[in-house]
Amino acid sequence: MRERAAWMGLLLLGAMVAVGLSVGNQHFLTLTIQTMILATLATSWNILGGFAGQISLGHSAFFGLGALITRELWLGGQAFPLAVMTAVIVTALAAFVVGIPMLRFRDIYFAIGTLALGVAVYITAGNLWPGISSLPAEVLRSYDFTGPYFFALGALVAAVCVSVWLERSRLGLGMMTVREDEEAAKATGVDVFSHKLAAFVISAAVATLAGSAFAYFSVSYYPNFAFSVIWTFEAVLVVFIGGIGTLAGPLLGSIFFILGRDLMPTDVDEFQVVFFGLLFIVVVLLFPGGLSQAAGRLLGRAGERSTATDRPTAARGRS
Amino acid sequence: MSQLIAQSIVSGVLLGGVYGLVALGLALSFGVLRVLNVAHGELLMLGGYLAFFAFREWGLDPFVSLPLVFVVMFGFGVLLYLCLFRFVTRTETHTRIKNSLLVSFGLALVLQALAVRFFTADERTISTAYSSEAFTIWSIRVPMVRLAGLVVAIVAAFVLEWVLHRTRFGKALRATSEDWTRAALTGIDVRRIYQIAFAVSAALAAIAGSMVSLGYSVSPSIGLGWTLKALIVVVLAGLGSMRGIVVAGVALGLVESLSSVWIGGQYREVTALVLFLIVLSFRPLGFFGRAAGA
Repeated sequence: MRERAAWMGLLLLGAMVAVGLSVGNQHFLTLTIQTMILATLATSWNILGGFAGQISLGHSAFFGLGALITRELWLGGQAFPLAVMTAVIVTALAAFVVGIPMLRFRDIYFAIGTLALGVAVYITAGNLWPGISSLPAEVLRSYDFTGPYFFALGALVAAVCVSVWLERSRLGLGMMTVREDEEAAKATGVDVFSHKLAAFVISAAVATLAGSAFAYFSVSYYPNFAFSVIWTFEAVLVVFIGGIGTLAGPLLGSIFFILGRDLMPTDVDEFQVVFFGLLFIVVVLLFPGGLSQAAGRLLGRAGERSTATDRPTAARGRS
Repeated sequence: MSQLIAQSIVSGVLLGGVYGLVALGLALSFGVLRVLNVAHGELLMLGGYLAFFAFREWGLDPFVSLPLVFVVMFGFGVLLYLCLFRFVTRTETHTRIKNSLLVSFGLALVLQALAVRFFTADERTISTAYSSEAFTIWSIRVPMVRLAGLVVAIVAAFVLEWVLHRTRFGKALRATSEDWTRAALTGIDVRRIYQIAFAVSAALAAIAGSMVSLGYSVSPSIGLGWTLKALIVVVLAGLGSMRGIVVAGVALGLVESLSSVWIGGQYREVTALVLFLIVLSFRPLGFFGRAAGA
């Protein structure tokens, strides 16, 4: 089964590379790049929220920081790969420093605390970088979608690889133990705090890659837009709709979200938000497994992993 | 300078009253239902629009329409409870809080999008004949319409405390918030208590919205900001007393307006959020264990 999944993944990757090399349809490429950026971001959120069970609402801060640092260094004359590496390292360090106080908050306090942090960072970024960031003319002249496409693809592959590794590694198993029951995790010798911190830092580093891809792809935007809570919201939405805690969930959710948004009537923008908002509520209340569980059932593979966080029947001590 | 500081103290206190008013509803739904409604700010926004349209379309004074706004949003609260939060409250506390956060987050997105669709993204303010009236003490301006927000907050807090502590219904409410299973065993209809508490919480948000559209302004995107304010106030005050919540609201308003004098207006929100994080880190397990009105 694992082998088959690996082959399917490789096949899909080959197809994606072929598409990037051959398809010239701008609209299609734009959609694919957007999907890959969102899928990378959602996968990074899923590491923290799905594997380690910490619902963060401040994820946009890492996405924005990644975009900001990458863009500034890159347009400032650095080689792009170097800019990305710097962004990843700086953001991971920032996550480490911020994570130590933030992760002392449990559950809901963590969600509220990260939300407050995300909003504070967003406002500060808007104050410090008020001007619009546009690609300079000489970059724009040679701009095409090939570079961003393959970078976004690379970022997504990296995100998925990290997730696969976590799913099988001791570290990842530790995170899931923390998610299921912190007391029990402690009792079995899992260091709860350092597992949470590891999830926080890894998740931030992967979110940075998504931010870098956004910075590479976008022609012009206000720097604080990358810090906007919208990114957190979309990531959370997509992960839940796709299936939290699973590998395929963030990917399925992202494809569904971007495709759905594209297919919906464009004359009423708000309709999309209403649709996905309602779908999200329905998933949370009725289908905690999301799309990937539904897909798994369709393929006859019932019982894909879903988290206990949203199963009403989960046995858990009253807090 | 002292003139400026005195003026910002007054505006801070007046705005803080509204913060307290918003937080009252949030504390009620959290204290009783153990439901964290992050769409609380969106309910405020709806209340604000209701008052605005009642004024523009029917010429109803915002103070006259206050009971109307209360009743309509009470009804809307009942509807929300029956359609959404009823299902959330069926689970046990731990899951309940997490799920309520997620469900209300979805709800917030939906309400905001609908508001943009039907009310447009424009900022709206109710401008009555007395909107610009103010009285002046020691050359400090106190705008009437903003003073009203503080007064309504204080009245609401006292009425709530009276209901909680002096009526049979309030007793049942407090019992439910302390331990719903044991409350149910003593014959209290927990579902009905939940329904009413949530509806009152929504109605209080809407009343705050009326005051916001009278003294300040409403637009579809204001929800998240107000939810955060209410959360900050509830963290500062705990769920202990309704009066305490209004006091904490005033304190937050003061801190914000003074920080905009000393640090700069563009950082007033950031100051409040940082302050919130600091307070939260002193009580990382927080305020949720205690019961409302206890």
